[in-house]
Amino acid sequence: MVFFLQNLFNGIMLGGLYALIAIGYTMVYGILRLINFAHGDVMMMGVYFAFYAATLLSLSPFFSAIVAILGAALLGFLIDRIAYKPLRNAPRISALITAIGVSFFLESLAVVIFGAIPKSFLNVFRDRTILNKVLIVAGARIPLLTFLVIFITAAILVILFFIVYKTKIGMAMRAISMDIPTTALMGVNVDAVIGFTFALGSALAAASGIMWAMRFPNVHPYMGFMPGLKAFIAAVFGGIGSIPGAVLGGVLLGLIEIFLAAYFPSFMGYRDAFAFIVLIIILLVKPSGLLGKKITEKV
Amino acid sequence: MKKVISMFLIVLVVASLFSAVKIGVILPMTGGISAFGRMVWEGIQIAHEEKPSVLGEKIELVLLDTRSEKTEAANAAARAIDKEKVLAIIGEVASAHSLAIAPLAEENKVPMISPASTNPLVTQGRKFVSRVCFIDPFQGAAMAVFAYKNLGVKRVVVFTDVEQDYSVGLTNFFINKFTALGGQVKRVYFKSGDQDFSAQLSVAMAFNPDAIYVTGYYPEIALIARQARQLGFTGYILAGDGADAPELIEIGGEAVEGLLFTTHYHPKAASNPVAQKFVEVYREKYGKDPAALNALGYDAYMVLLDAIERAGSFDTEKIAEEIRKTRNFEGATGIINIDENGNAIKSVVVNVVKNGAFDFEAVINPSDIE
Repeated sequence: MVFFLQNLFNGIMLGGLYALIAIGYTMVYGILRLINFAHGDVMMMGVYFAFYAATLLSLSPFFSAIVAILGAALLGFLIDRIAYKPLRNAPRISALITAIGVSFFLESLAVVIFGAIPKSFLNVFRDRTILNKVLIVAGARIPLLTFLVIFITAAILVILFFIVYKTKIGMAMRAISMDIPTTALMGVNVDAVIGFTFALGSALAAASGIMWAMRFPNVHPYMGFMPGLKAFIAAVFGGIGSIPGAVLGGVLLGLIEIFLAAYFPSFMGYRDAFAFIVLIIILLVKPSGLLGKKITEKV
Repeated sequence: MKKVISMFLIVLVVASLFSAVKIGVILPMTGGISAFGRMVWEGIQIAHEEKPSVLGEKIELVLLDTRSEKTEAANAAARAIDKEKVLAIIGEVASAHSLAIAPLAEENKVPMISPASTNPLVTQGRKFVSRVCFIDPFQGAAMAVFAYKNLGVKRVVVFTDVEQDYSVGLTNFFINKFTALGGQVKRVYFKSGDQDFSAQLSVAMAFNPDAIYVTGYYPEIALIARQARQLGFTGYILAGDGADAPELIEIGGEAVEGLLFTTHYHPKAASNPVAQKFVEVYREKYGKDPAALNALGYDAYMVLLDAIERAGSFDTEKIAEEIRKTRNFEGATGIINIDENGNAIKSVVVNVVKNGAFDFEAVINPSDIE
């Protein structure tokens, strides 16, 4: 029982982290139909921003996070302007390939600027009690961080829903996701809205990256690759384009990974493969994902 | 046309006059285990500054990065051999990467010395591939003896990295010895680059072990130690020489305090004049104490140069033979003897993490393991 409970919480922890990253993926896709493969690397950049804000500028962890989130938002905006905007009317595959290019560019840039040697995110915290604090629930040991991740994911969801459904720019975002040319004809500055979406998605990436690095404090230029890929799978699993879907997909993916590894120990070295098997199954059985809408081709 | 050809020939002749002997250095300078690559490179550079030429020729070091990946390691080796035409290769650190390079070195008759790949398969059945470190059967058995006899550990969970030949080998040799001594073992698995080990650890804790033995490399060891301590594990955490990088303590923080690992070297164990001088030079140049991989990088270069000098020519077959005739060579890691299979016969040093630094704990000699 304790074993089950322990793994349940481990799964929720990991799944929550996936979900946080997946929200950013799904938002950009929802609006642009672009799978932003650079998302995981934006997350990595965000972690580095926080690391240097804390170590070089000696800011407190909270303000480092703010700096990282703003920095990543700016980075996301610039990526859109430089890499994706010129391809707005190009075939979708061009933008996809560009996204992969941006991903490699960011990784290489990070190697050049920050160096390839792994850094410790622990250096950000002078007081590490929050990282090491563990609560014991019915015999299972749950890091305080688990609750922090759940709380922050929930808070982000509330903010996102508010932005998307209650603000003018949210309305513009929803309009663009349906039909870009018509929205433009209505006098909406489409590029500004898309830029805002990228900034928002990248800010989320930085926030999730910081959470990730608090749990896994090994910071290096390739750290965004696997989480990014997993979050992409989570987003597809939940129904890409749907924000609640990303959260559901992320949590389920985390639980699947942890439980398969815990109950089938001989397969635990191949955990990543489980994630890809989930992706293949979902694409075969329900391509639109768990909460995704069926998209009919307009003819 | 003739003019062009003769010009070309002149250029070739002139170029060959200025050409230096090239030694390929193939290391993981970026990616997961880049700290290892950097450490070996520091050691090689110190050796190169001390002895910049051999047989009257200047030595040029050609550094190639493997990005901590097997395929990139093979690419780098192919480039070193085909394009750079290196005389010999120093590298790689990880056994899996050395195994990707070794067949290329063997086929092209390029002598290769690995500073730190401890898996037996790296040199097995090859004439051109050698190493300046001990091999895993010895390292694994040494840890089994140390854990069982010195620490009194009876139940161990072994963490195996399914991607690393080093880890798989170390696991098997440890388990053989440990169960022969009377201990009990459970195996769990992970993969290089994994960050979350909670599933493995929950399985491990259910076994109620006295110690966990992580046979991977420092990024994973540090994260496993952190997550194990968070799950309330209070027993020993043991590791192999894959732990021997300052980054282990950086990433692991308080969680790796007390971690014990088998390795090749500790500055406190430096006894011969070469080793003492190396410690001095290293401290002066980098402002800190050298670690095992610094010293092994130095030794790999020096053993290679010594073999070239004894061969008296740049004939690669002769050099490879001479490497395996290395006897009582005074290196930074102690006295090096390389046997006919290309493996160095040396003692194992056990280090411990104490107050955020590596400290010397014990030495285990080949005779202790019988």
